[in-house]
Amino acid sequence: MQQSNLYILIFSVALTVVLGGLLSIAAVGLKPLQTKAVELDTKKQILSSVMEITSEMDVIGTFNTRTKSVAVNVEGELVEKDDEGATIVPEKINIEKESKKDSENKVLPVYLYMNEKDTTKVEAYIFAMFGTGLWDKIWGYVAVAPDLTTIKGISMDHKAETPGLGARITDKEVKDRYKGKQLFDSNGYLVGIEMKKGERGDSSLFDEHEVDGMSGATLTANGVNEMLLKYIGFYQAYIDKVKAGETVALN
Amino acid sequence: MSTETVEQQEVQEVEVKETESLLSKRRRKIMSDPLNDDNPITIQVLGICSALAVTVKMMPTLVMALAVIFVIVFSNLIISILRNVIPNRVRIIVQLAVVASLVILVDQVLRAYMYDVAKVVGVYVGLIITNCIIMGRLEAFAMGNKPWDSFLDGLGSGFGYSWIILAVAFFRELFGSGSIFDFKVFEAIGWTSYQANGLMVSPIGAFIILGLIIWVQRYKNGYVEH
Repeated sequence: MQQSNLYILIFSVALTVVLGGLLSIAAVGLKPLQTKAVELDTKKQILSSVMEITSEMDVIGTFNTRTKSVAVNVEGELVEKDDEGATIVPEKINIEKESKKDSENKVLPVYLYMNEKDTTKVEAYIFAMFGTGLWDKIWGYVAVAPDLTTIKGISMDHKAETPGLGARITDKEVKDRYKGKQLFDSNGYLVGIEMKKGERGDSSLFDEHEVDGMSGATLTANGVNEMLLKYIGFYQAYIDKVKAGETVALN
Repeated sequence: MSTETVEQQEVQEVEVKETESLLSKRRRKIMSDPLNDDNPITIQVLGICSALAVTVKMMPTLVMALAVIFVIVFSNLIISILRNVIPNRVRIIVQLAVVASLVILVDQVLRAYMYDVAKVVGVYVGLIITNCIIMGRLEAFAMGNKPWDSFLDGLGSGFGYSWIILAVAFFRELFGSGSIFDFKVFEAIGWTSYQANGLMVSPIGAFIILGLIIWVQRYKNGYVEH
């Protein structure tokens, strides 16, 4: 009797319902915590382009008090509503999705890192980036000083770069190589910053548009170079407007 | 179960005395065998893929080990409790469903509470479902033994798997990144010029270390492949 088709059917249905129910409860119950974890992770990454993140730091609190955010399009105009008329929250913009859109439809976040004492003074503009490394996607944030050409810091992350080689883009030592480098030349043309092939270990060998490479990870470095140049390009209209002294309204 | 018991010849049925203590000699053997003489990785050579993939650093490896222990212990327990009502013809699917549910549960919890680690081990946690060790224990042990024995068997196999991948990860992180649990060991003892070994970071490094562990263990145990 136990092996009849009906028994098997009933058993399978019951098992599916029980297991499915348990998983649904778990998924729904853990959802708020997971959303929070993702939010914390994003804000940690944004902030890590301008400061050291320590484990005991109040990341969300610091982010909320020190940064303001706006969303801009490639024309450099502020965007407040999306196509459906809903208000855009810059922190919630999915850069990966935006990277697939045509450039005129792109909406990208800008985070303004404000001075600790004078909260009307911008200390750094933080731009988002997204690109491809050797194996899979890479992304990051680049913080630019108020002169809008000097790099204050950079934070990068990756999905599947080779540990010890391309994955070193998350190392402090590699990220620090970008500090003080220039995005634009003295005539105001966008040059970008090129991570060179090979690793020479001597920062004095490189000019203000170059950084030392990562040994064995030239293809990841190429991806980083391309990502940086492309995304600063998308932000260029906004950068030009800020440079020209146009008041960029803040919410 | 009358006509289809033939399929279950491999099941290790053991006569159990009514008054057996919770940790009798036989039960301790169930638990200790997989740690050494019947280790799932080094002797049965199961679960190699994950042993290569997640062992670059200690921290993700530890999480992976705990996840596997959790899944194997509870799937063993659940399947063992249900063993007399599971229809024989669909038993593999039932086992798979239980294992998959537990794995998804682990993944969800990791995403909620340990997002940093989940980002690293995410893919491999999903692959626990296909870890041969777990399906192997369910089919070979839990389907034919009582819940408590199966629970202990799960613990044994889980720890057997864990100590091997932790040992591999220890050497890979030490030589590949010069650290243990991200603590820079060589810098701490004053050897700042240590050149990290790229081979240890790639899966090949895991193959070599695993091979060495198997060699040493089989030399000591005198185990020969038949």
